[in-house]
Amino acid sequence: MMDRRKLLTSLAGGAAAVAATPLCREAEARGNHKMPGQAVGLLFDGTLCIGCRACMTACKDANDMPAEHTELAIGNYWDAPLDISGKTLNVIKAYRDGDATHKDQVKDGFAFTKVSCMHCVDPSCVSACPVSAMTKDPRTGIVKYNVEACIGCRYCVAACPFNVPRFTYDTPFPKISKCQLCAHRMGEGKYAACAEVCPTGATLFGPVLDLHAEIERRRALAPGTQTVFPRGKIGGTDTYEGPVGTYVERTYGEHEIGGTQVLHLSGVPFELLNKPELPRVAPASISESLQHAIYNNLIAPLGFLGSLAVLAWRNMRPKAAAPKPAPTPAATDDDKAGAP
Amino acid sequence: MATEKSVVSVVATRTARTPEEDVMASKLSLSLAPQGDEFAGVEKRFGMPRREFIAACAGIAASIGLAGSAVGAVAQALVAAPRPSVIWLHFQECTGCSESLLRAEHPTLEKLILDIISLDYHETLMAAAGHQAEEARKAAMAANKGKYILVVEGAIPTGLNGAFCKIGGKTAIELVKECAADAAAVIAIGSCASWGGMPSTSPNPTGASPVAEILGKPVLTIPGCPPNPYNFLTTVVHYLVLGKLPDLDAKGRPLFAYGRLIHENCERRAHFDAGRFAIEFGDDGHRQGWCLYKLGCKGPETYANCPSILFGDVGTGSWPVGCGHPCIGCTEQGVGFTKPIHSLATLLTVSPPTQFARPAENQGTGSSLATVATVAAVGGLAIGAGSRMARNLGNQPDQPAAPADEDSKR
Repeated sequence: MMDRRKLLTSLAGGAAAVAATPLCREAEARGNHKMPGQAVGLLFDGTLCIGCRACMTACKDANDMPAEHTELAIGNYWDAPLDISGKTLNVIKAYRDGDATHKDQVKDGFAFTKVSCMHCVDPSCVSACPVSAMTKDPRTGIVKYNVEACIGCRYCVAACPFNVPRFTYDTPFPKISKCQLCAHRMGEGKYAACAEVCPTGATLFGPVLDLHAEIERRRALAPGTQTVFPRGKIGGTDTYEGPVGTYVERTYGEHEIGGTQVLHLSGVPFELLNKPELPRVAPASISESLQHAIYNNLIAPLGFLGSLAVLAWRNMRPKAAAPKPAPTPAATDDDKAGAP
Repeated sequence: MATEKSVVSVVATRTARTPEEDVMASKLSLSLAPQGDEFAGVEKRFGMPRREFIAACAGIAASIGLAGSAVGAVAQALVAAPRPSVIWLHFQECTGCSESLLRAEHPTLEKLILDIISLDYHETLMAAAGHQAEEARKAAMAANKGKYILVVEGAIPTGLNGAFCKIGGKTAIELVKECAADAAAVIAIGSCASWGGMPSTSPNPTGASPVAEILGKPVLTIPGCPPNPYNFLTTVVHYLVLGKLPDLDAKGRPLFAYGRLIHENCERRAHFDAGRFAIEFGDDGHRQGWCLYKLGCKGPETYANCPSILFGDVGTGSWPVGCGHPCIGCTEQGVGFTKPIHSLATLLTVSPPTQFARPAENQGTGSSLATVATVAAVGGLAIGAGSRMARNLGNQPDQPAAPADEDSKR
């Protein structure tokens, strides 16, 4: 046994070792990752969305996803899914108030929003994945998932602040489901199916830098003025003329957790669309800074293990020399009862 | 003949009735009374076999949405004299509405209706001309004061005090006011009379105005360019059978015909939902009959029954969208002749029956008391067992050493 003084001394030594670790290399926070120059993404302009949900159908087709029951209080229906799930990567949702007669109006109005992977510049799912099944493409910035590498730990599910990766709980060989921006179709010269079919260009595909420029262009125009909107992807031939919507000041995805490659414009505040309020600092940068600091050169773990070893050694050593404790009456009874 | 009568009576007494149907049934029972045969003159008067006449009546009843029991009442109303007098005025129009009406080809329905009503004034169809025609109008108005139906086709020009349209020395404004004063009902047929239509398109040099605006009160409107003739005929028969006009929407349109968006009944709707759009006329998608939304189809914001009852009685696809042209929204004020044909429509389908997920959809029912209790029990058991085991682990090295003599035996 160890007396109080020795215990305190050894604990202080361990604490000093842990405290000294951050003083080593790369002690400062790593900061948010930077977006790849050629990153592609989506712009969802809620004021252009007409709620046709063609993108939901196209998404299912392009990704070979099954149909899904909608569970309602009155029973199950083959209807549009209520949320993204292991079988659904993209859902159009509607904010509704009062008699819902005016588009993009808070009172007595309605507004559409899209729920799908935001393709973060500094994704938490990639940071949390212990086996690199979630990866961020270094060129396009698309957050991809590799089912062969996945061990099914669902850390990505827990890590995502947008609640996007979903797990297929109902299959014997489950996997994570999330939008991968139709990366598998890009080899065929195609792009995100949701943007391809969108009849109003509400979902628009393109290089993120161009999407930001398009957002600036729309914001610079007075609401209601006629302008030419691209349809499908930026720089394509398909365009049409329509009125510019009235936007709220914020572009969702511009700064959230270090920015995302999917950007949202809206006519109503994003809180009403259930878009989470998020800091500008990527959670991944905080957790990685912390962890990389602690595990830097394995100094802290070694120090900690050393402390434990010292404790164990001190526990073991005096035992041989210490006098045998007198057997308690209870122990004697036990022994008698157990004796053959 | 006797068998047919009994068929009608069986149909009439088949089911439980609404009060409205009770009225019709009482009318019907009169018609089925043994004395006299109300349908005796049918073959001669309508130029159709009696069986065909009853079938036509069933068709009319069905198009208003009346129950099978109403067929007899429809037949009775059509056979019964006197025929209501109809005065039909033409102003800023192309006579397309009249032409459309003439092409109503349900089993000789056009004969039926032209014989059913007494069309006392119609500039295109009447034999009289000039002063003689105006005399006919005045005579009919005097003879049927408070009982005749006034139908107006075309917008009324208000510019230059109405000088753009004069008939018999009177402006359109004067004529409408004069004829409407003693009319039992006023029906505006076509988009021009209903809401201004094509003549009212900006800059509207003639000040073309709808009938309701001139009269200063709402009137029944049958918009369309041209309107479907059956929407008009059914409205008239509704009036004859039930003695009142059908239920109307806020714009004075009969709900049986204008209660639903074209988009809701469109045969190309599935292509819209799946995102299959024709991009330009003649492309692959257009040839395959895909959705015309991207070409500017106004079906999603236009209320009309075009996809349901079609035009011209020539079978499926005989309506604009069916033929491959986007709907121009002719029945809808602010859409037809106002929005550019190729501009995208606004969807009016966010409210029920179309359902959308809410931004935060409640899912799951939470954990039940039993679940919580089970989990708590299992958890408690695990913690208890763990602590017990930990305690035993601590005791283990001491246990064998407890009795000193046992040690020495080994």
